[in-house]
Amino acid sequence: MHRMSIKGKACLAGVYEHPTRKAENKSVAQLHAEVAKGALEDAGLTKQDVDGYFCAGDAPGLGPLSMADYLGLKLRHLDSTDTGGTSYLIHVAHAAQAIALGKCNVALVTLAGRPRSEGSSGTQPRSWGANLPDAPFEAPYGIVTTNSYAMVAMRHMHEYGTTSEQLAWVKVAASHHAQHNPHAMLREVVTVKDVLDSPMVADPLHRMDCCVVSDGGGALILTRPEIAKSLGRPLVKLIGAGETSKGQAGGNLTLTTSGAAWSGAAAFAEAGVTPADIQYVSIYDSFTITVLVQLEDLGFCKKGEGGRFVADGNLISGTGKLPFNTDGRGLCNNHPGNRGGMTKVIEAVRQLRGEAHPQVQVKNCGLALAQGTGGQLGTRHGSATLIMERG
Amino acid sequence: MMERKIPAPAVNPENKPFFDAAANGKLVLKFCNGCKQYHHYPRAQCPYCFSSDTEWLEATGGGTVYTCSVLRRGVPVPYCIAYVTLEEGVSMLTNIVDCDLDAVKIGMKVKVVFKPTDGGPPVPMFTPA
Repeated sequence: MHRMSIKGKACLAGVYEHPTRKAENKSVAQLHAEVAKGALEDAGLTKQDVDGYFCAGDAPGLGPLSMADYLGLKLRHLDSTDTGGTSYLIHVAHAAQAIALGKCNVALVTLAGRPRSEGSSGTQPRSWGANLPDAPFEAPYGIVTTNSYAMVAMRHMHEYGTTSEQLAWVKVAASHHAQHNPHAMLREVVTVKDVLDSPMVADPLHRMDCCVVSDGGGALILTRPEIAKSLGRPLVKLIGAGETSKGQAGGNLTLTTSGAAWSGAAAFAEAGVTPADIQYVSIYDSFTITVLVQLEDLGFCKKGEGGRFVADGNLISGTGKLPFNTDGRGLCNNHPGNRGGMTKVIEAVRQLRGEAHPQVQVKNCGLALAQGTGGQLGTRHGSATLIMERG
Repeated sequence: MMERKIPAPAVNPENKPFFDAAANGKLVLKFCNGCKQYHHYPRAQCPYCFSSDTEWLEATGGGTVYTCSVLRRGVPVPYCIAYVTLEEGVSMLTNIVDCDLDAVKIGMKVKVVFKPTDGGPPVPMFTPA
């Protein structure tokens, strides 16, 4: 049987990360417009070329309606799938599907947010509406982002003997990369001891196990390979994608396994490659534990061995076996709109183009993976995996 | 010691029997007569087999801590969030209360207690058995 696939059907032709980390004097819609313009300029395309638009819950308004009108887009394909921070990886997959089917030629994906200016952080409950079926059984207990992920870390430690020192290595590696990024919020190189000495937020997660809260945003342009080739930029093809959601399964919890086990397997199968082939990874890093669990579930190490895998600098570009998040990512660089999926894709594209900072650029980077986890690992989350190849 | 204000659960027609039972000091769970399994949080229609033949059964109120975390920063009063695996087999999100929070550990045996909420029905929480 012939299986339909997005393999090689779409290219990431434009990426843009907003340099702001605190946008006190801008609106959210304005940030969306700025990143859209930045990504189009990066691709060498114009607004008039865009015929597909993708946005998620950070975009003000009903789905894409307000933003498409605000941006002045004339569209024939729209999608507002929202799975929290991983939405933008799913948008990449959906855009590739739409392009493969001829439903659009140039897809724009935007993200922007101002949680830092608006004073929102991971220790405050977020409201998702009055009709949520799960909220009456969760809100009274004070579930927030930090303690949700902390419960996963606690269980992982219990099942596999993972230690706080091992988790700290994820942050240490991110900080080694962030020192080279002039836009990063936290550029200081930190040690395992620094992480362990930082205040305990939610046992066993210290402050330095948590990502930053930042304003900002980012945008992506996807297009058909023929169009991408005509633009004269290094070619980055999407060759595999997977998406899923995972929750509490009616109370039969498997908290130490993420949806990456399913979305990753699907993406690897479509791409026809294995974890051993991947030269660079962008891994969603809302917390250090998020990285560790996803690396296991993607198959970069066995389940339960994530602690040993990330330790001793194994994720540091140039010295470690698996360079990750080479711009410092959420733990050090930014986490625009409390949604980190967009920037995962952007740094993977930079690596494949050879446009990462020279100090962290992976030599001859030909195959990269971006992994996102949105929502909460401790309750329910979306997961998406993208595998990209230099064309 | 300052107590944490517990937000009231949003009661709706589907979940009302759970909170009515809690007001009477009882922990109830949904059991599916179609596939003979408990689930939690409770649904009118079984999340495993989609049967609508689900009924409320009283739980023993005993369980074991599956995982836990004390939130210490960004909140006025530290509190311990946890999943407790009930004797019926399903796990529920809850708080561990009325004890030294630093001593709460995975595997600890706990029993249900009911705590008043801010303007709503009481909710089940757990304390060391």
